[in-house]
Amino acid sequence: MSDRLPGFATLAVHAGAQPDPTTGARATPIYQTTSFVFNDADHAASLFGLQAFGNIYTRIGNPTNAVLEERVAALEGGTAALAVASGHAAQVVVLQQLMQPGDEFIAARKLYGGSINQFTHAFKSFGWNVVWADPDDISSFERAVTPRTKAIFIESIANPAGSITDIEAISTVARKAGVPLIVDNTLASPYLIRPIDHGADIVVHSLTKFLGGHGNSLGGIIVDAGTFDWSTGGKYPMLSEPRPEYHGIRLQETFGNFAFAIACRVLGLRDLGPALSPFNAFMILTGIETLPLRMQKQCDNAKAIAEFLAGHPAVASVSYAGLPSDKYHQLARKYAPKGAGAVFTFSLKGGYDAGVSLVSKLQLFSHLANVGDTRSLVIHPASTTHSQLDDAAKIKSGAGPDVVRLSIGIEDKEDLIADLEQALGA
Amino acid sequence: MSDNKKRRHMNHDAYPDNYIRGILNSVKSIAMVGASPVNVRPSYFAFKYLAQRGYDMIPVNPGHVGKELLGKPFVASLSDISRPVDMIDIFRNSSHILPVVEEALTLDPLPKVIWMQLGARDDVAAAKAESVGIKVVMNRCPKIEYGRLSSEISWMGVNSRTLSSKRAPAPTQGMRLSLNRMSVGGGDTAASDRAAKNKSEQS
Repeated sequence: MSDRLPGFATLAVHAGAQPDPTTGARATPIYQTTSFVFNDADHAASLFGLQAFGNIYTRIGNPTNAVLEERVAALEGGTAALAVASGHAAQVVVLQQLMQPGDEFIAARKLYGGSINQFTHAFKSFGWNVVWADPDDISSFERAVTPRTKAIFIESIANPAGSITDIEAISTVARKAGVPLIVDNTLASPYLIRPIDHGADIVVHSLTKFLGGHGNSLGGIIVDAGTFDWSTGGKYPMLSEPRPEYHGIRLQETFGNFAFAIACRVLGLRDLGPALSPFNAFMILTGIETLPLRMQKQCDNAKAIAEFLAGHPAVASVSYAGLPSDKYHQLARKYAPKGAGAVFTFSLKGGYDAGVSLVSKLQLFSHLANVGDTRSLVIHPASTTHSQLDDAAKIKSGAGPDVVRLSIGIEDKEDLIADLEQALGA
Repeated sequence: MSDNKKRRHMNHDAYPDNYIRGILNSVKSIAMVGASPVNVRPSYFAFKYLAQRGYDMIPVNPGHVGKELLGKPFVASLSDISRPVDMIDIFRNSSHILPVVEEALTLDPLPKVIWMQLGARDDVAAAKAESVGIKVVMNRCPKIEYGRLSSEISWMGVNSRTLSSKRAPAPTQGMRLSLNRMSVGGGDTAASDRAAKNKSEQS
């Protein structure tokens, strides 16, 4: 047995999966069952007490989901992962392990509109207070740190404009503050950026997007980097203190560098309940096998389309970090050398009305609220994904009224450009 | 790399999988120092798991002499074990490691491996053991490592850092599992390990 490191594409196909022990099935079976029989009473007690490896009930774990979890953990370079029902569920479960009522977390202002909304409104009712910082001004993160700060949250490639975040600079702030850095890596996928290599302690994804990649199944995942020491200062009692639910087990002491993923499973998923369907896990796993192929094609297509739009007379500006003139180009070259992602925005000289007209005339691009599909997608963020923000916040998050967002698929780029050309020209 | 060279230069921040695999594949008897009869303590369920995977387990704890742990009689100390032991697994804090290692070094024959549990690390004690040819593992759990290398731990979403295209038997009680899967990474350790090291340096 050599310790040779397999490449990304090999992991995308193999990690976490092996032929089924019972049947020899090579594709990962869909274990569509709620529950699993125990060998005997002692086995049952051991499983419930977190003392033995094995399955109990699909809300806590499922063999199909476990393959997905190990695969994404391997692709991200983490110690363990937990799959949940959606990207939003992943965020709730992560923060539940870290936050007590009255605590704060710092979040980059440039985020998916749904996250801004979740952090601002839903989490407020839990007593979790978000403090916003500007990812283009690292010192704004330092200034936001208080004794109640428990985490920092950023996106690696930020929605909607595809801007690149300086993960290493912000991880330095997090380390100094003694809090974990959480990175939403949905728009990059581990094929383009592995945030753990740049100092992230926790990575979250909406699996619904590039990882699943086919626009057919919702899912979310949490990856534990194994890098954070939860035991210092009693700041994270869910990890460091005896858990009454489990006969006084201390999770960090028992599970070491994958204790956070276990906490998310046995304290978060078990009690909050957003379990992923094994069927969805199967669909997403199948998608991940082609992630490197799709992602490269989508990045290459996106660059060609961004170049086309930048030269079009009806276009006022293009925000795509893959363009040499872009503000984020240097960060893109550092963090995402294979490509700057496939989601970006542009604005039209004709403003809001021109945006509405463009969307209505497109014939290949689908007008819908998702990204990271094999199909190319278009949306007007100001009236949809970012509609719950006020006008100033829309502009700050890169979703002003004249902005159109594209998510580029794996079609032939000539056809996508022709579709945009006819819709812009007429 | 020869075994000798490996031993002298063992990097205790990142063990190659082959080092751990070699230990778990070769040792047969394990004396667990600090084994607890309390069934919610990690030492209890690590003891139980290793026994179920076929290791000859010996519980060492002076507070429980006269009692049994899963049918195995407790002994008070390593020197009370009346037969050769392949591996000493130390379930004590970093600050209590050295005297146990010193006692282990008086055994005849010497143990082949000294293993310190997750969170426990004593580089001075490790160097003493390595100087007489004993392999040392620190800040790891043999249950987790066995589960990882066999991929049994994958049931919990843990990254086993191994791959295999072979059909493995469904694990049942008492079965030894194959640990010979292809390794993905070299067994990196991270901040939790560094933190344990810092703590042991402070204390």
